[in-house]
Amino acid sequence: MENQAFTPRIVGFLCNWCTYAAADSAGVSRFKMPPSVMVVRVMCSGRVDPLFVLTAFFRGADGVLISGCWPGQCHYQKGNLHARRRTALLKSIFDTLDLEMADRFRLSWVSASEAPRFVQVVKEFTDQVEQAGPSPICDELFL
Amino acid sequence: MCWPWAGPGATAEEWPILYSQTQTRSERTAPHAPSSRSCLPTQKGPLTEPVAAVVKPCELRAFIELIKLNQCSPDNILLISSTCSGVYPLDVGVNGALGKKLPGYWAAVKQGELDDDVRPTCRACTDFVPTNADITVALLGEADLDTQCTLHVNTERGAAFLEGLEGTASSGDLESEPLQRALGQRGTFREELFAGVEVGMQGLIHTFGRCIGCHACKTVCPICYCRLCYFDSQDAEHSPEFYEGELDRKGGLRVPPDTVFFQLGRMAHMTISCVGCGMCTDVCPADIPVSTLFSKVGASVQALFEYRPGRDVDEEIPLRTFEEEELAQVAT
Repeated sequence: MENQAFTPRIVGFLCNWCTYAAADSAGVSRFKMPPSVMVVRVMCSGRVDPLFVLTAFFRGADGVLISGCWPGQCHYQKGNLHARRRTALLKSIFDTLDLEMADRFRLSWVSASEAPRFVQVVKEFTDQVEQAGPSPICDELFL
Repeated sequence: MCWPWAGPGATAEEWPILYSQTQTRSERTAPHAPSSRSCLPTQKGPLTEPVAAVVKPCELRAFIELIKLNQCSPDNILLISSTCSGVYPLDVGVNGALGKKLPGYWAAVKQGELDDDVRPTCRACTDFVPTNADITVALLGEADLDTQCTLHVNTERGAAFLEGLEGTASSGDLESEPLQRALGQRGTFREELFAGVEVGMQGLIHTFGRCIGCHACKTVCPICYCRLCYFDSQDAEHSPEFYEGELDRKGGLRVPPDTVFFQLGRMAHMTISCVGCGMCTDVCPADIPVSTLFSKVGASVQALFEYRPGRDVDEEIPLRTFEEEELAQVAT
């Protein structure tokens, strides 16, 4: 295992109205990016319960990305602003309990027209998770 | 009517009771464990006749949080609380050992101290002066408690209730040297307790590894009001394929699974309103210090939003609201 290149498994919760469209656009435009993100389409970043993030980590994700519309551009007016508070709360829990997930969890705003930004976010985040290495909790029996 | 601190009867000696007539139970008044359901009579709607509720500061905070969550109604309820000297672990109450402890308890109260056997959660509680009570009874550090006590009237409703009674009542913030001393002592103990929490995933696994998955902590939690908890729902049940998949992937799996997941998930859902009543620790059959972890996490997430559960009934719970411009550093 050590000899093989490590490609992180990142679960991406992407908003249907912006980041999902940006990811689609990035694909259609044939931008090059690491094949690390497994996309879960959600109707709004505000739909992402902290339990989704925890489930992803506990079922083997090396990283979790939540991505939605920029503040002020939410299709439902305020879903992303709720997502921001929930993310802050979850990060605070990770920090307080000194959990490895803190460095493997990212919230990014990417609008539908920002395909290049989506590519950049994926590249950056993949690098970050790659640096952190495979998630140590993936193989933990006692979760 | 009133919910006193103790009820009659040998086995149910330390539990809140609804009274409809004057009773002389003062000799049985006991510091029972916080009731997670002190708001229960108003769950389905407001009471139509006045009820005085005697509650501990933590129960009062939970009551305020549940009002915000539309789970109970403050109408027709007169809230009476006191400066709190903590309670004994639940097993002291249910084993009938409480009676023997009471002389020591009240002696400690008069000195402004805590009895040695009071729960660690209470020893580490810095919110022992109630907020939002209509009437606050000064108990902690009041040496003359046998002959007199001071009532602090905080609201018009409280003042109206006391009208016609003999004696003088005071108002304004409760401040005294014993209260300050207690705050310092309990704050120090709180820091010690929090410092002892095992952190990191290995720490959590060590702490929660003995969880039997009974979800009693969730059942007694005053904030966990959901009629169907996600963790008790079908969504949290797993198919045989799940178990086989986990076995293939990891080579083994703790049964029942999802203990750390349950605890972290519950933290994400309710610590913002955690009032630190400590009942989760009290009821844990596996002796896990649940409350210490939740209070520690609660302190940090509440600080994030400068929120104090139970402080103000008009203050929105942070997860139900937002500011347009905030937390810019969270999204990158």
